[in-house]
Amino acid sequence: MNIRVNGIDCDVKASDLESLLAELDYAEQTVATALNRAFVRKKDRAATRIAEGDEVEILTPRQGG
Amino acid sequence: MKDVARAPDDALEVYGTRLSSRLFVGTSMYDSPAILADAVRASACEVVTVSLRREAGGSRAGGSFWDLIKSMNVRVLPNTAGCKTVKEAVTTAQMAREVFDTPWIKLEVIGEDDTLQPDVFGLVEAARILSEDGFEVFPYTTEDLVVAEKLLGAGCKVLMPWGAPIGSGRGLNNVFGLKAMRAHFPDVPLVVDAGIGAPSHAAQALEMGYDAVLLNTAIAKAGDAVAMAHAFKLAVAAGREAWLATPMEPRDMAAPSTPVFGVAFR
Repeated sequence: MNIRVNGIDCDVKASDLESLLAELDYAEQTVATALNRAFVRKKDRAATRIAEGDEVEILTPRQGG
Repeated sequence: MKDVARAPDDALEVYGTRLSSRLFVGTSMYDSPAILADAVRASACEVVTVSLRREAGGSRAGGSFWDLIKSMNVRVLPNTAGCKTVKEAVTTAQMAREVFDTPWIKLEVIGEDDTLQPDVFGLVEAARILSEDGFEVFPYTTEDLVVAEKLLGAGCKVLMPWGAPIGSGRGLNNVFGLKAMRAHFPDVPLVVDAGIGAPSHAAQALEMGYDAVLLNTAIAKAGDAVAMAHAFKLAVAAGREAWLATPMEPRDMAAPSTPVFGVAFR
């Protein structure tokens, strides 16, 4: 399935957001997620299905001013 | 001394949190994580700003940065830097609340690339949405009094007008406007955010009665960031003490400070 993750086209096997994080090796990281520009809580990731063409954002803590 | 409601320890209270430091420091652009940590310590600040960003595949820089911040024993104020729409800012704030486990959000809705000035219309709308959702919003705004009123009406209990464009280091571009804002909102915590380039700018803001300053580049890009952080600590303390001591009113003409009576040869 082709989706966009952080602005990059990806071919992934996962069908839900939590599985996607594991597939992309984010499972152990502190991240926040959004699907098609809407926030998805950590507790909702497993129940959030992803579909062809979806846009996923996976963000991590960074420096800020 | 100024007749102001003042806690014995002169703490700054924002959203029910008492802070003894009136300096908020950004965490970006330091030469190394160690210098960032040393600068934060030297500044004695209690609040640092952070952000959320995409991570380059496999870098894991975010995790190590977050571990460093957690080790500093400071509060974090996540920002929505770079957001240009209400939707982007609200979604980023929601993501930040979960990751950083704080209702605080430094709300930026940028309206123009050259000056990075806020889109104040989007800012007010986003502030209302976030306040109603339980956020404690620190809006990056201008010194416009009408916008400030609307931000307060939207639920903000602190205002953060710019001194000058972000990263410019120009200091307080509109002293008249900032003084008017201070006079118009005597009881609202006001923080000059952005444009501070030197400790004297920070001292000036505090001398004018501003409650705190927020800055990043002026420390991070100094030749010696750690020494500059300490200089800002001193400047903010001096400015605050000067405000409480009530600075003299400027005069147009000279007035001799040495007594005129008793001058010889007259």
